[in-house]
Amino acid sequence: MQAVSKGDGMRGLAVFISDIRNCKSKEAEIKRINKELANIRSKFKGDKALDGYSKKKYVCKLLFIFLLGHDIDFGHMEAVNLLSSNRYTEKQIGYLFISVLVNSNSELIRLINNAIKNDLASRNPTFMCLALHCIANVGSREMGEAFAADIPRILVAGDSMDSVKQSAALCLLRLYKASPDLVPMGEWTARVVHLLNDQHMGVVTAAVSLITCLCKKNPDDFKTCISLAVSRLSRIVSSASTDLQDYTYYFVPAPWLSVKLLRLLQCYPPPEDAAVKGRLVECLETVLNKAQEPPKSKKVQHSNAKNAILFETISLIIHYDSEPNLLVRACNQLGQFLQHRETNLRYLALESMCTLASSEFSHEAVKTHIETVINALKTERDVSVRQRAVDLLYAMCDRSNAPQIVAEMLSYLETADYSIREEIVLKVAILAEKYAVDYTWYVDTILNLIRIAGDYVSEEVWYRVIQIVINRDDVQGYAAKTVFEALQAPACHENLVKVGGYILGEFGNLIAGDPRSSPLIQFNLLHSKFHLCSVPTRALLLSTYIKFVNLFPEVKPTIQDVLRSDSQLRNADVELQQRAVEYLRLSTVASTDILATVLEEMPPFPERESSILAKLKKKKGPSTVTDLEDTKRERSVDVNGGPEPAPASTSAVSTPSPSADLLGLGAAPPAPAGPPPSSGSGGLLVDVFSDSASAVAPLAPGSEDNFARFVCKNNGVLFENQLLQIGLKSEFRQNLGRMFIFYGNKTSTQFLNFTPTLICSDDLQPHLNLQTKPVDPTVEGGAQVQQVVNIECVSDFTEAPVLSIQFRYGGTFQNVSVQLPITLNKFFQPTEMASQDFFQRWKQLSNPQQEVQNIFKAKHPMDTEVTKAKIIGFGSALLEEVDPNPANFVGAGIIHTKTTQIGCLLRLEPNLQAQMYRLTLRTSKEAVSQRLCELLSAQF
Amino acid sequence: MIGGLFIYNHKGEVLISRVYRDDIGRNAVDAFRVNVIHARQQVRSPVTNIARTSFFHVKRSNIWLAAVTKQNVNAAMVFEFLYKMCDVMAAYFGKISEENIKNNFVLIYERLDEILDFGYPQNSETGALKTFITQQGIKSQTKEEQSQITSQVTGQIGWRREGIKYRRNELFLDVLESVNLLMSPQGQVLSAHVSGRVVMKSYLSGMPECKFGMNDKIVIEKQGKGTADETSKSGKQSIAIDDCTFHQCVRLSKFDSERSISFIPPDGEFELMRYRTTKDIILPFRVIPLVREVGRTKLEVKVVIKSNFKPSLLAQKIEVRIPTPLNTSGVQVICMKGKAKYKASENAIVWKIKRMAGMKESQISAEIELLPTNDKKKWARPPISMNFEVPFAPSGLKVRYLKVFEPKLNYSDHDVIKWVRYIGRSGIYETRC
Repeated sequence: MQAVSKGDGMRGLAVFISDIRNCKSKEAEIKRINKELANIRSKFKGDKALDGYSKKKYVCKLLFIFLLGHDIDFGHMEAVNLLSSNRYTEKQIGYLFISVLVNSNSELIRLINNAIKNDLASRNPTFMCLALHCIANVGSREMGEAFAADIPRILVAGDSMDSVKQSAALCLLRLYKASPDLVPMGEWTARVVHLLNDQHMGVVTAAVSLITCLCKKNPDDFKTCISLAVSRLSRIVSSASTDLQDYTYYFVPAPWLSVKLLRLLQCYPPPEDAAVKGRLVECLETVLNKAQEPPKSKKVQHSNAKNAILFETISLIIHYDSEPNLLVRACNQLGQFLQHRETNLRYLALESMCTLASSEFSHEAVKTHIETVINALKTERDVSVRQRAVDLLYAMCDRSNAPQIVAEMLSYLETADYSIREEIVLKVAILAEKYAVDYTWYVDTILNLIRIAGDYVSEEVWYRVIQIVINRDDVQGYAAKTVFEALQAPACHENLVKVGGYILGEFGNLIAGDPRSSPLIQFNLLHSKFHLCSVPTRALLLSTYIKFVNLFPEVKPTIQDVLRSDSQLRNADVELQQRAVEYLRLSTVASTDILATVLEEMPPFPERESSILAKLKKKKGPSTVTDLEDTKRERSVDVNGGPEPAPASTSAVSTPSPSADLLGLGAAPPAPAGPPPSSGSGGLLVDVFSDSASAVAPLAPGSEDNFARFVCKNNGVLFENQLLQIGLKSEFRQNLGRMFIFYGNKTSTQFLNFTPTLICSDDLQPHLNLQTKPVDPTVEGGAQVQQVVNIECVSDFTEAPVLSIQFRYGGTFQNVSVQLPITLNKFFQPTEMASQDFFQRWKQLSNPQQEVQNIFKAKHPMDTEVTKAKIIGFGSALLEEVDPNPANFVGAGIIHTKTTQIGCLLRLEPNLQAQMYRLTLRTSKEAVSQRLCELLSAQF
Repeated sequence: MIGGLFIYNHKGEVLISRVYRDDIGRNAVDAFRVNVIHARQQVRSPVTNIARTSFFHVKRSNIWLAAVTKQNVNAAMVFEFLYKMCDVMAAYFGKISEENIKNNFVLIYERLDEILDFGYPQNSETGALKTFITQQGIKSQTKEEQSQITSQVTGQIGWRREGIKYRRNELFLDVLESVNLLMSPQGQVLSAHVSGRVVMKSYLSGMPECKFGMNDKIVIEKQGKGTADETSKSGKQSIAIDDCTFHQCVRLSKFDSERSISFIPPDGEFELMRYRTTKDIILPFRVIPLVREVGRTKLEVKVVIKSNFKPSLLAQKIEVRIPTPLNTSGVQVICMKGKAKYKASENAIVWKIKRMAGMKESQISAEIELLPTNDKKKWARPPISMNFEVPFAPSGLKVRYLKVFEPKLNYSDHDVIKWVRYIGRSGIYETRC
């Protein structure tokens, strides 16, 4: 060819490059470049036209100079001229220059686009490829706008060469990634899918990349690709290693294509068509089988390619999460890798196992590898692999192996890398709390944790211990004893001192009987640590001391001496000084009774979600943990199958519900409006309950307050948390009522499976009829859904129905239960009567069973107007000028039920001096009097 | 204090490495190479701070000299030392090049031990050093000679040994000045100053006491009180020196009290003083540029130079450098005198004239063709610079006398042969166009 004879080598360029390379200093290099630039300028300026070869050579030189980091501000025109050359090398250099150097330069872009257009329209596949590559390399918006419509056409045209199709697919992918809005979706999308059937493997590979990217946006448009991909995959997998000739890489047939196909399949749920599914399962099995075969080559590339396919297969299996058989096989395969020589394989195996552990089918299989994983934790040299091992242990933990895993993690903690210690501490704390059957074990574990890695124990962890100890009285004594013993170590971590100070301050009396831990010894032990601690801890210890004053009057003088000392009373720190002064004063002035009230044991902590878990989520990003929680819930049968933790029944939800039987709690309903439901029984309990999807969540915190508020009013917000708001609007007439419940989604994501249920306990059922229609199961973000409840009061009742709401938010099941404020007084009809009538009737109801009287302290300021409003809101008529004492309030009304009507008289006598009320109610039915009195008393 | 001293070649390879203090580790060597020598952007500051370590460097041709310290040292002192170091090296083996340094590395290490002690600069006087660090190897010295070296190095006059004898007592005095100028296109002086040196080469016997006199304003005023007629005669010619520094041999106390410069000179060449003046500078040349842009593709440049000194004097090595735009594609030059050439590698037209007498004028005109570019950046028009050498001192400094007294030996001031020479060179001599 002529080009060859002229020398494609471009000697001038070679000489120039070698000159530059030989330059001794930067200055010399710059001089040489300046000289060359002047030369090129004079050549380009020259009046006689340059031939293609020299143009190409100079453009090349300019490109080289540009790549050396110098500015090039000319020569673009010459490069564009090269584009229209018919010689491949010249065209190629032109395109190269343009892809590297052209910015959005308006006048040139038009010329370039024109040249590209010509090349695309030419029948020469090489030129078309060059043009496509240039578009992909530049990838600017202008280019996209100019060619986005043409490229799909080239891609699906029947007469395009394979190489052109391949380039077109990749070019389109690039444009789509750069600016998705430019690529028009059209009928070509359907034809793109058929490229998966193409003869040419290169085209298929490029097409799979394109489809994978496209289908993420519009999965439905490309649904047909599933079966094609499956058949393609099965052809590759079942082919012998020599079938695909050029596409066999170290005896593995088309590994890249296989991996891409597997990735594509991961965009979709398992195929519905049984035949396709069968074929796919067969494929996956073959891949798993092949992994067992001895390697065909010792080369690392062979095993890498094989394992790449294998891991992608496993992630597909995990993605489908529907084939128990495959999942277990995958798990076994990964188990083999756990002990593999290759660090990368061990890492990947652990990582995949983490996801496997969350699948219900393979969880048990994963658990069989616990020994290996623990071993990996101990012996692994690579820190990132150890980290994965910790993750996996956390993921595979359940009630059966929690003690073992927690113990292993604790022992590993002593030698763990500093970077992951805090995370391990959090994980241990969570696992210990979550799977604690025996809370003494929990306390031991956490104290151990503080001892081993005190510096990494965050505030949340030790707060949590204290919350749990306070919320469950069965461990308090044990906790006090254990911390007391732990504190006896000569060197304690400050966090231990904090926990110890708090717990002994609360429950020190539980172990004071033992002469070895008499009050004075306890105090001295704590005080021996006092001076080594930081200011916040000292402040906490001071509070402990004042608690001791209350718990153990015998150490009061000692403690007063300590508080009185200059180091406390005149401490430089304001907080410490103030505490010392106030506590000292308190201990001298207040009587024992007042002390006992002021320094009473802390009330149980109300809480919903474990704060530690929240912290871990924050640390790790939400996805991993949520997944884990989610799957745990799905496996709830497994978890709750074992013996229910004892504490769960002791502080069970007071709301009777049909589902309570499921939990084996017995149907005995607690007394109506008894102690507030155990909303404060700690986050863990809540978790345990919400594990079982059928169970009713305990009443949401604060709902009790809301319930009370609704006794005297009909409209308002019943419940609100970060996700959900429940509003009420109700009206009652005689024995009938109608209630509108509004569910508002406060988030921007939709709630799925939204199901509110009204639950009337067995006792309530015969007395109250509730009718409602189910609501739409999907609540869009920010939207509100309305539900109407028709209410009929059959006879008088005491309890309130429970509204239980379940929905899926993000990945997690949410469960909310609130008491619906349907109370007996809603069916009140006020009756006006004169003073005479009132006292006549009052006397008629003088039977001792008919009267209920309650004397109680005012909870709110005693305001006459407010009280009046409340009595009217309660439903009865407020009768003025009936009682001889104008300060007293008198009311009358009739409670309408379907069966009977019950007359009702009430009298409220406030005593302003004592801030007390006396409430007297007389009705014809004892139970009604009782209930109304309770309801009304709670209002003042 | 200086923690270490490294010498690199242009590639950043270490030729000489001497560490004086423990706070400088070996990695400092690499830090400088990576951050300064191999830096993509050229490092222009002579002081670089890397990881709390300061690097002071000077560059001589392709050789980098870097002094390293972790302390807060007097940077001027460090640079003075580095320049001294260069002088000393030049005095021993001539040009500072990679080759020379490699060939003389033993000598360099020997001298580094001598002139820096625990990072504190010591005697760096070439003459003194040459007495005990020689290139010929040590002659077997007698006890007296050795003790003499000791007493000389540690004594009051460390820069001169006793017992020097010359048959002919001779001395050479050079006044070397470099004149710097920045001028506006209209001929307005924007800034100008002269930095000068008085270099003396003495071949005198014994321990002569010298006294140097020049036409400095203060000195003359001081002495003028005695002889009134001299003041009137030379008052006009006296110059105002902004600041000056002296060689260590000059008795500063005497300069402070009597304004007289008296000293016992070292043997051989040394720099007696350095000074700087900014007032009443005689500018040897005037450059008048004329640049006209003809359309987008053509530029016409005309430059006239005028010599501005006595017609009897001849300026030499005149070179005018006219920068050209970056998109120059061709140049045609016509000049009346000398030779002119377009140097593409430097983006400039260089016009050279061998000799030119005073009060003359010469001119060059050039046509520059430009290649139109798509860059809208305007050409920055760098100033036209000039190099020359003239046989007078542009500051106007004159040597009035240099008296030599040697009380012990038998020669008087008249017997000493004295040579005085003035050389004025261009420093950065630029005119904007």
